[in-house]
Amino acid sequence: MATPTIESPRSGRVAPGYSRSSTSRGNFEMIAWLFMRLSGALLVVLIFTHLWVNLISGDGISGVDFGFVAGKWASTLWRIWDLTMLWLAMLHGTNGIRVIINDYAEKSSTRMWLKGVLYTATAVIVVLGTLVIFTFDPCPVIDGVASTASYCPAV
Amino acid sequence: MEKEPASKVELAPGVGGGGEIPTFDVTLKVRRYNPEISDEAHWDEWKLTMYGTDRVLDALHKVKWEHDGSVSFRRSCAHGVCGSDAMRINGRNRLACKTLLKDLDTSKPILVEPIKGLPVEKDLIVDMEPFFQSYREIMPFLISKGHSPTKERLQSAEERERYDDTTKCILCAACTSSCPVFWTDGQYFGPAAIVNAHRFIFDSRDDAGDMRLEILNDKEGVWRCRTTFNCTEACPRGIQVTKAISEVKQAILTRKI
Repeated sequence: MATPTIESPRSGRVAPGYSRSSTSRGNFEMIAWLFMRLSGALLVVLIFTHLWVNLISGDGISGVDFGFVAGKWASTLWRIWDLTMLWLAMLHGTNGIRVIINDYAEKSSTRMWLKGVLYTATAVIVVLGTLVIFTFDPCPVIDGVASTASYCPAV
Repeated sequence: MEKEPASKVELAPGVGGGGEIPTFDVTLKVRRYNPEISDEAHWDEWKLTMYGTDRVLDALHKVKWEHDGSVSFRRSCAHGVCGSDAMRINGRNRLACKTLLKDLDTSKPILVEPIKGLPVEKDLIVDMEPFFQSYREIMPFLISKGHSPTKERLQSAEERERYDDTTKCILCAACTSSCPVFWTDGQYFGPAAIVNAHRFIFDSRDDAGDMRLEILNDKEGVWRCRTTFNCTEACPRGIQVTKAISEVKQAILTRKI
């Protein structure tokens, strides 16, 4: 068995894996830290109002259907509300998972893969969600056939 | 010849002064590692009769001096000042010289391990170099611009009070090696380096606070702190470590925004 050599205490040699290879002098981590606190506070208001409006007020949970969502999104306020909630929640959650990956994954290759999957999932969800909020049409006309739902204007 | 003055404390005849110190049996389990013999660490156990005034360090001494001379650990002053005997005792980072045996659960074996997160060299001795490297990087010395005063650098009591807590650090590494973020990859600066940066950042006589804040604004700097309070709990000097880290975070934020 090869005996590992222990350097003399004053050799100044730092065990491999401990020396910080790259010094990052950007403000990214600070902004991420600040974003978590600000978005967290905002999300508490956004989410609990959202839950109350959808599940408690009016008919409560039994009132939630396609028409309910269509009615909400007819107003610009709710579209902005939901868009803000989507972006803040997704970025807040993604940054949280990014931090957890940094804290628990030891190898940089593992980190890279996990973060790759995370960022892809975030991008897909944010893009799809934003697309839905901006292009949502409760009474679509498909191939010249209009929707016959009661809340749609007569053609 | 003048007679010695009479004692002010009345002692019953036959009592020598100190009184009998109670003894008890403890089982000491030490995590052993010797790379010259095996790559695997193992536990060794000793049953010892110890006194109520003994500390974990006394138990280790008893083992080393009377049972197995190959047990290796660091200690220097043995009175909680030098900070060389930080170790993991019953799963918590403590100084062996400040932990009384009677304060531990003596019905179970007392587990003694090296501090976590640093490379073990032998038994309870770890390589402290990565720890001191981070310490050096934050420039733990007074840097002042302009002319030196002819007399001492004056400071008000309030200005001194601002960083009083962080002057108590003895660099034992109990905090850094209790930090789960440091355990992962050893890249994090660690609580001890931040505490010692705090000591100079908030010193009114020092002019390099901005430089230190810039160093700790690194991706491995203060922002990796998750405020788990392990460091505050581990500190044998009772430094409010997590609070100091938060103050450095605040200082970076107010400087940038």
